[in-house]
Formats: sequence, C-alpha cells, structure tokens
Amino acid sequence: MHPEAIAESHFSSPEVQRHAARLGMWAFLATEILLFAGLFVGYMEYRSLYHESFVQGGKHLDAVLATIETAVLITGSFAVAMAHHYTLSDRSGRAAVGLLIGAATGIAFLALHGVEYITHFREGALPGKYYTFPEIRTAGASMFFTVYFLLTGLHSLHVLAGTGVLVWLAALAARGTFSHQTYSAVENGGLYWHLVDLIWIFLYPLLYLIS
Amino acid sequence: MSPSAVEAALPARSYLNAETTLRSWLLTTDHKRIGVMYLVLILISLFVGGMFALLLRFELLTPGPTYIDAITYNRFFTLHGIVMVWFFLIPSIPSVFGNFFLPIMLGARDVAFPRLNLASVYIYLIGAAFTLAAMIHGGADTGWTFYTPYSSTTATTVTPVLLGIFILGFSTILTGINFIVTVHTMRGPGQTWMRLPLFVWAIYGTSIIQVLATPVLGLTLLLLFVEHAFKFGLFDPARGGDPLLFQHLFWFYSHPAVYIMILPGMGVISETVSCFARKNILSYKAVAYSSLGIAFVGFFTWGHHMFVSGQSNFDSGAFGVLSMFVAIFTSIKVFTWVGTMYGGAIAFKTPFAYICGFLYFLVFGGMTGIAVATISLDVHWHDTYFVVAHFHFIMVGASLMAFLAALHYWFPKMFGRTYPEGWGLVSASLIILGFNATFIPQFLLGNMGMPRRYYNYPEKFQTLHVASSAGATLLFFGFLIIFIYLVIALKYGQPAGDNPWGSRGFEWNTSSPPLPQNFEKTPVFEGQPHDYSTPVLEVSHAS
Repeated sequence: MHPEAIAESHFSSPEVQRHAARLGMWAFLATEILLFAGLFVGYMEYRSLYHESFVQGGKHLDAVLATIETAVLITGSFAVAMAHHYTLSDRSGRAAVGLLIGAATGIAFLALHGVEYITHFREGALPGKYYTFPEIRTAGASMFFTVYFLLTGLHSLHVLAGTGVLVWLAALAARGTFSHQTYSAVENGGLYWHLVDLIWIFLYPLLYLIS
Repeated sequence: MSPSAVEAALPARSYLNAETTLRSWLLTTDHKRIGVMYLVLILISLFVGGMFALLLRFELLTPGPTYIDAITYNRFFTLHGIVMVWFFLIPSIPSVFGNFFLPIMLGARDVAFPRLNLASVYIYLIGAAFTLAAMIHGGADTGWTFYTPYSSTTATTVTPVLLGIFILGFSTILTGINFIVTVHTMRGPGQTWMRLPLFVWAIYGTSIIQVLATPVLGLTLLLLFVEHAFKFGLFDPARGGDPLLFQHLFWFYSHPAVYIMILPGMGVISETVSCFARKNILSYKAVAYSSLGIAFVGFFTWGHHMFVSGQSNFDSGAFGVLSMFVAIFTSIKVFTWVGTMYGGAIAFKTPFAYICGFLYFLVFGGMTGIAVATISLDVHWHDTYFVVAHFHFIMVGASLMAFLAALHYWFPKMFGRTYPEGWGLVSASLIILGFNATFIPQFLLGNMGMPRRYYNYPEKFQTLHVASSAGATLLFFGFLIIFIYLVIALKYGQPAGDNPWGSRGFEWNTSSPPLPQNFEKTPVFEGQPHDYSTPVLEVSHAS
C-alpha cells in the first residue's frame, strides 16, 4: 500500500498543495542564492584589489583534494536524484538507500574539507589577525584566507544542514511515508541538496582552479 | 442612528470566540489570529521606539547635556532606529494586515504555510528577545546602519543586536515566501491576476523584495558579527579590508527595505481611496504594475546613500538617475489616487484623513528625495538633519499614515466594532500636525548645517530644536488618544455590521469579525475589485 495524497484542509487539492510546496522551496532557494551572493561580491572585490595574493592563495590550496570533494558531491546529487525517481515510482526502499548515500557523501565531503582546514590551521594560513603563513607575504594574503574560510565555512554549514535533512528523509522513506502522490518532501530536500552542490560548483573553480 | 446600525450585531461565531484559551492563541495557525498577535507585538515596538524618540527630543531641548550623557544619547538613537526600522516599520503592514486580509481577499481559508506563519511570530519574538537583552546590557552606539570599521571595534553590546536582527530576518523571509506562494496558489475560483485587490499587488511586490533583499542583510550582519568577534579584517582598512564593501552590502538590502516599508502603505491607500471617494480606481493596471516597477527599480538605487563615501562619479550619476525612476512610478500612483478622488463623493472619515496625510507626506518626502538624489545638492545635505527629515517624512510619515488608515479602515472588520469617528479625526489632526511640527524644523536645521546624530549644537539652533521636540510631544498625545479609544472600542464600540463603509473590497463580504474558516462556502469572484460603478442600496458609512 502506498500513502494516498490528502491535502491539508486549506488547500483545494493535493496538486495545489504540491505546487505550493515546490514554489515555496524555490523562493527559499532564491534567498539562499542571495545569501551567498554577498560573499561572492566580496570575493570579486578583493580578487581585483589583491590579485597577486589571490593567485598565490589559489595555487596553495589543494586542488586534488577539492576535485575529489567535487566528485563526492556530484555522486551524492546523483543518488538524491535517483531517490526522487524511485519515490515517484513507489520504490521506497531504493529511495531510502539513495537518500542515505546522499547523506554519506555529505559526511565524506565534510571530512575531506576538515582535512583541508586542519592543514591550514597547522600552516597558519588563517583569516585576518590569525594569519601567520610565511610562504605568501603579498599584500592582502590574509584576505584571501578570510574570503576562503567564510565562503567554504558557510557552504559547509549548508552541507551539514543538508546532510541532516537527507538522514531525516531517508528515515521517513524507509518507513514508507512517500509515494508518487506524496513526494514533496523528497523533491524539496533534493532541491536543497542540489543547490548546495551547485554553490560548490561555483566555489571550486573560483577558489581552487583559476589563477 | 440608521436602521441598519440597530440591526447590526456581532456574529455568534467568529475567529475571536471560536476558542478562547491562551493555548488556542499561542499555538494558532489561523492567519487572522497571527495577524492580531503581530498587531500587539508591533504596537509594543512602536511604543518602545517612540519612547526612545521622545527621550532623544527631550535631550535636544538645550545645547550640551540636558539630562543624559553623550554615550547614552548615542545608544538611544541607535535603539530608536533599530526598533522602528526592523521591529515596527518592516513587519507592520505586511505582517498585521497582510496576514489578516491577504487570504480573505483571495478567497482562501489560510495562507499556504500556516505553521511557518506561526513560526514567523516566534522567530520575531526570539529576535526581539536578543535585542532586548542587548538593550538591558546598555545597547549598541553605532546607529542603525552599523557602519564599519566603528561597529566592528565598539565596546558596546553590538553582537546580540546583530544576532537579534539576523534572527528577525528569517521571520520577514518566511512571511514573504508565504505571501508569494499564497498569491500564486490559493486564489479562489474566478480570482484572476487582474482581479487581485490592489492591496494584494502591493503586498506581493513587497514580498518579492523581502525574499530577495533580506538574505543579503542576514549575510552582512553575520559578517559583521564575525568581524566583531574574531577580527577577520573583512571590513577593516587596517587589515586590508574595505569598509565600503560593508556599505554596499548594507544598502543593497536597506534601500529596498525602504520599499518594504512604503509599498504596503501604497497598497493600503490604493485599496481604501476608492472606497472613500466612492469611485472606481482611475487605473487599476497603472497602480498594480507600478508596484512591481518600484520593487524592481528599488534594487538598483542603493548607491545614492554613498555619494560622499568615495564611489566613482559615474556610479553616483547612475545611481542618482536610477533613484529618480522610483519617483516616476510613485507619481503614477499619486496621480491615480488624486484622479480617483477627483469628482468622487468623498466621505471624510478618519481613514480618509490619513489618506490625505499620506499623499502630503509622500509628495513632500518624495520631492525632497529627488532633491537629495541630485549629487551636487546631496553633498551639502548629506548626514544633516535634512536627510533625517526627508526619510522620516517618507518612510515614517507616509508609512505611519498608511498604517493608521489601515488600522481604522479594517478595525471594524477585525474586531466587529466601530471606533469613535470624532476622536479619530481629532487624533488624526494631532498626528499630522505633530509630525509636521517635528520634522519641518529639522528640514530647516539640516539646511543650516545641523549634522545628524549630534548630541550638541550651537545656541542659535535652539528655537528650531525646541519646536521639533514640541512636535514630537504632540505626536505622542495623538497616539495616546488612538490607543485609548481603540481599547475602549474593543469592548464598548457599536457592532459594526459586515460592511460599515459600503466598501466593494472582497474582504467585506465576510462577517465582522470573520468566521474561523473565513467563509461559509468558498466565494466565487465574478467582478473587478473596487468596482463602484453600480450603486448598492444598503451603503451606509459607519458613524
């Protein structure tokens, strides 16, 4: 038996309720994009002010590790997309597995990023007044790491939140809460996860690749 | 007393008496009750913010120290700004009247996400608690704009204030998302976009700004918090940071925020003017689309706050011209309202008095806005009382007029009883007079060179300062009268009947106060809103 869609009393039909949930999520995603937009503006400004330091800083970051992190996140997004697909075709067990894989990639990403952070802490490649890294001494070198830590830190917080959401959705999916009629939560959780992924897709080249 | 007034009685069942326990209020998901809860919270904020204003005006009665020291004065004007901007003006009309009337106007039983709606109230309360805690610990002295690098180094309790406003932002965002989705998905049968009441259009435009601009403020405050706590140097020139980046980010939110404050007010005026002129709105589409125009252009004007901050002349010129675009959309509205009044059968009731006050403050404040958007003039007026008077005229004077118009217009619908019309007109006159008396001297002071936020001033400015303080006192008494008669009217007012104004607004088709589920059966929308072209026999204005 799959759960039937029953609209809450103030909606005229389940279809309208799903539409509302989807639209609300997109509006929320717009707020997330604008939240990051301010930091991207900061990145642009300081990159143009301290171009040399941003080039040096970018070269110093571990691009190989970041590439693995990118691959991990994309794998997770694929798993979540499959979970959405399985939910629509009423295969809850597989959907739960997909969501769990997504959550696992979130944890793996955070662990890998933790490795990056530990390296920077050891080197003293830290923001503002904590900056003691001897290798890059150009003007605004600490600003690169300020921007780096703020951008990746805010993003990692979102990965953490997204991981929590995926674990919760996986638990619900395992209990058979979702079906091809009641999939809004999986869809919205998935959208959130894809956004978190997408933001990383911008961070990855800006911080690690271009020079 | 007309016969219909004798027959009018409160309906047996309404959202107010369906459940009466405290729990039923605190855990309600009914948009009407949430609107009423916001009304209470917002009136408390207005009182707190207003008290700070009065304390400031008393201090400024004499040059030099009057009764508080300079640091306390700085803290008072900061808290006045913070409370008034974020805890009163921004949530005022959307969260109170938007919550209460948007679903009813659309023919919906509730907003799309009622639980998020309730959550927004509690988030507002948590944000307020942080800010209150900061106040008790002495409060910040940065001004409501938190300009860096001062704000990242001040020893006053700035961090809980930042957190408080950051948290409050989520309340605004949730309300905005809720309204956007409600307008898109919850419209009743026959309710097309071109039949939306004009208040809904304005709230819709406002919600878009709330959703797109508030996260930028959230980020900016978060960065400032990090800056203050950990000294990352992002905005600190001593560490290679750029304080102008802060100003850009701050005004990217805070200029659109001005339209968060004024657009709902414009919606109220569009909604009410045809009722009191008993005429169809001159051009529905012009008003509806100009709301969206303001919401759009409002995002590209922030640089006019930074003419003297060191941005390039080209930027300043562009921002100056873009700022004037707002005036085009605004004047489209103003001409439409005045054109609607022209030749109408005006019923000069309290809400109409506030409509007139709104037009006056909007035009006066708007014209001085054009003046300060002109770079060469702004260099003279920047950071003087002229700017203070300008933005108080437009974002406080006009918004407040609209808030009070809405409060009086919808009071009978919300609570089922009428307020005393005579006292309404008395207090409206007092408030309009008091507002002028407070801020016209400030225009003059600013033009003579009085800088804003100063504790001290030369003796020759004293007369105008005293006049301004006297005006503020007049304002206080105006509000006191309103508060007293509305509280009395809540219990002893005449039952209003379903439609005391004879309004054609959709919300007047329900009972006053409305049923818990808004309607007996889902209404079907067949005509345009604000349609006064055919006479209705039972029209009788409340007396």
